[in-house]
Amino acid sequence: MSSADFVALLPLIVLGATAIVVMMSIAFRRSHALASTLTLVGLAVAFWSLWPAAGEVPRQVTPLLVIDRFALYYFGLIIAATFAVVLMSYGYLERHDVRREEFYVLLLVAALGSAVLVSSDHFISFFLGLEILSVTLYALSAYLTERGIALEAGMKYLVLAAASAAFLLFGMALVYAETGTMSFPQLASDFAAGGAAHLWVLAGIAFMVTGFGFKLAVVPFHLWTPDVYQGAPAPVTAFVASVSKGAMFAILLRFFYQSGSRDLHATLLIFGIIAIASMIAGNLMALFQNNVKRILAYSSIAHLGYLLVAFEAGGLFGAAAGTFYLTAYMITTLGAFGVIAVLSASGRDAEDIEDYRGLFWRRPGLATVFTVMLFSLAGIPLTAGFLGKFYTVAAGTNSSIWVLIFVLVATSVIGLFYYLRVVVALFATEHIPSDAERPLPVVPAMGGVTLGVLALALIWLGVYPHVILHAIQSAMSGIF
Amino acid sequence: MILVWLIAIPLVAGVIAGFVARRSQLASRLISLLAMVVGFVISVWLWAANYSHISLLTQRQWLAEFNVPWISSFGIRFHLAMDGMSLLLVTLTFLLGIASVMISWREIHDGVGFFHFNLLWVIAGIVAVFLAMDLFLFYFSWELMLIPMYFLIAIWGHERRVYAAVKFFLFTQLSGLLMLVAILTLYFAHHAATGVYTFEYSQLIGTPLAPHTAMLVMLGFFAAFAVKLPMFPFHTWLPDAHTEAPTAGSVVLAGLLLKTGAYGLLRFVLPLFPRAAHEFAPIAIALAIAGILYGALLAYGQTDLKRLVAYTSVSHLGFVLLGIFIGTPLAIAGAFITIIAHGISTGTMFMLVGMVQERTHTREMDRLGGLWQTAPRLSGSGVFFVLASIGLPGLGDFVGEFLVLLGTYRVSPMVAAFATVGVLCSTFYGLKFVARAFHGPNTNKWKLPDLSGREIALVGAMMVVLLWLGLYPQPVLNTFKPTAQRLEQVVHGPGMGYRR
Repeated sequence: MSSADFVALLPLIVLGATAIVVMMSIAFRRSHALASTLTLVGLAVAFWSLWPAAGEVPRQVTPLLVIDRFALYYFGLIIAATFAVVLMSYGYLERHDVRREEFYVLLLVAALGSAVLVSSDHFISFFLGLEILSVTLYALSAYLTERGIALEAGMKYLVLAAASAAFLLFGMALVYAETGTMSFPQLASDFAAGGAAHLWVLAGIAFMVTGFGFKLAVVPFHLWTPDVYQGAPAPVTAFVASVSKGAMFAILLRFFYQSGSRDLHATLLIFGIIAIASMIAGNLMALFQNNVKRILAYSSIAHLGYLLVAFEAGGLFGAAAGTFYLTAYMITTLGAFGVIAVLSASGRDAEDIEDYRGLFWRRPGLATVFTVMLFSLAGIPLTAGFLGKFYTVAAGTNSSIWVLIFVLVATSVIGLFYYLRVVVALFATEHIPSDAERPLPVVPAMGGVTLGVLALALIWLGVYPHVILHAIQSAMSGIF
Repeated sequence: MILVWLIAIPLVAGVIAGFVARRSQLASRLISLLAMVVGFVISVWLWAANYSHISLLTQRQWLAEFNVPWISSFGIRFHLAMDGMSLLLVTLTFLLGIASVMISWREIHDGVGFFHFNLLWVIAGIVAVFLAMDLFLFYFSWELMLIPMYFLIAIWGHERRVYAAVKFFLFTQLSGLLMLVAILTLYFAHHAATGVYTFEYSQLIGTPLAPHTAMLVMLGFFAAFAVKLPMFPFHTWLPDAHTEAPTAGSVVLAGLLLKTGAYGLLRFVLPLFPRAAHEFAPIAIALAIAGILYGALLAYGQTDLKRLVAYTSVSHLGFVLLGIFIGTPLAIAGAFITIIAHGISTGTMFMLVGMVQERTHTREMDRLGGLWQTAPRLSGSGVFFVLASIGLPGLGDFVGEFLVLLGTYRVSPMVAAFATVGVLCSTFYGLKFVARAFHGPNTNKWKLPDLSGREIALVGAMMVVLLWLGLYPQPVLNTFKPTAQRLEQVVHGPGMGYRR
């Protein structure tokens, strides 16, 4: 490997090294402040290292990893989102009587796994990245071991993720058995020569779709989502909903675009059906929830359905629309779960819709941030969610996938209904619980500032998206 | 640049008013009032300064313009422009904005800061809708004005406010999304024809579309505007929203928000899709007639004063829809006058009902009656505006509806006959309103304070404007003329064969 390879890999190396440094520091001295500070510094350095790495792209580093603009863009997203999760975790963990420091090691390893995932163009690295991510997430979901519900979440996630990994592996094996290669570019040339029509390849891709479906939590592979979202600690849920799903969507784009299997009739059909089912089922089921975490869980199913619409639209336009939507969605979910995290007391998370009744009159700042997040999820102007929806509908209109577009339009109106329920509770003027009935914890300074920054980022992207649009459009060169 | 100020002043003042309310509610109200007055003065000044040459403006000439790139990857520009039509509507917006702030002076006590924030932002959104000449910007503002309106209803409304607010939001969102799909289809069709990605209004005019596509795209736009207008049978959100909203909310809804629908039809549907609109006209006319009659009938059946006034809006806006789709210059001018006059008369009606409710804590006609004996000035003003609403000659509403009927008669006497029945029906509900609320014996022994100085000033000013519109509408017609001519050219352009 040349030095240029190392420079290109710098973000991954820094992430891995930070995990080790934090682990070592815990061995010497247990200090929550130290561990979190080291983590933040490491993440900041990793983010900085994107610029030197950008000088070397696109670069194939070993047959397993490719560092291109696409990967770097997603590196940036992953690192920034993890940074936000760390900031909101600090105050959250302070309220819990657990060993806090290892949390950050796990978080860093999970970020590393996600980064490997988005830069892989080979089945081996794809699977390695996925497993690094998944295994740390089992532990993170069950981190608050004193809560039964957290253990249940970890267990459910373990069983289902293991099953989905098995599907994915089997699918890869079938494709490999027929084509004799595991690298995406070589698969592309093989498929282009007509290899995709073979029955084993199709079966392999179908199994892989199942594996992707589990990780993205789209209908009918979504059953784990509400329980894990509800059971896991709020910052972990934020991580699962943003980074884990985001990385999975990135590898979905890369695999299906680069290998050329997106253009197969069968792929488009199956993802079309999954998208429609997710948009309808996710939005309908969210209507009947009273638990904010579960509402967000079902809404995430619907949002992944919207993302698949962008995927179905295809082309540079569709990929860019999906990436922009995902960027907006990541900021939004981080913010939404961040609000839950800072409002959660030590015994339980603030997840009942009643916890939010009249919040605007008690904590106007927090309620405003939450409203911005909910409006972004609902796709209302001034927020990035609006532009994301606009971009997705534009991509769909451009490709004339009318059925998907109209399902998107109809279901997002259903979606409005439950977002508004939460907003109505936030701004309710009657039956506002007093401080004695539902005490509100003091908002930790760091968590509060993070939320403010996330809300501003959302509005900035919604009003002046020029910079990020430009970055995304050039990033898409990686997979074309 | 002056156009940016018209939007920025309410936006900024809204934020300031929101923050200062913690220290002083009075300061919050005064700042809001000041912002509205400044906006009104600017628009009147624009009108006065340009009046001499306003009717001479030719096509594609604007009174004022502001155009900078915004999201260049999509060809989106921040393009504001003003012609006679938008000037008049913006003036109306600020006038009713002043009224909304003043009418809330005593009515709103809780959350004063957030209330004025929402009120000023909805005004800013409406102004932006009237000025946007980039279709993306238009859609952006269109959606943006909903949220503050939603909060106004959901927080400060009456008994069933949450239900009404959510219903309002869902109706307008669904139709708005259909318009978004239509805008995007037009955008890509324009790119396919010319190779240019743009949302610019003046460039999208004349985009070649297959007749079938043009019809579907036109319907997408029409859906959004018809729900807002509201057109029968998409009006069901309106009685709920109007009834449950606080007085200022009802004034803004009836006086301004409904007008954005009519504006959209005039600005976008007719010029962008003349042929499709022409083909669709018989259906729109039939629905307009249905709305006129149905609204009047239901208004007669109401006992809740606010609900009654809300249904009269359905009826009056039916005339606007009728005038627009009849499409002769006379009918379109009539529709426009109705837009302005209805904004003033119905807005003031809602204010008066609000004053009655503030004093008696009821809107039920059965519990009122005989108010004239105890509050003659209030009752007298009520009668004045009821008469305006039923089309008394000499007041603004009469001019508008008369011109629409005249224009319609030339095209189809049959349709005109049906519409005239609607005018007749309005007499029934109008007289019922007056008889049950103001006249008769004072059975409930109401002892009410009469109009205060602030209220007299407010209602009196509205009376003057309405009288002026009724007696001398020529300045408004002159100002609207270039827009009307432009419409006439696109709608009746060569080869259109539009009936006259």
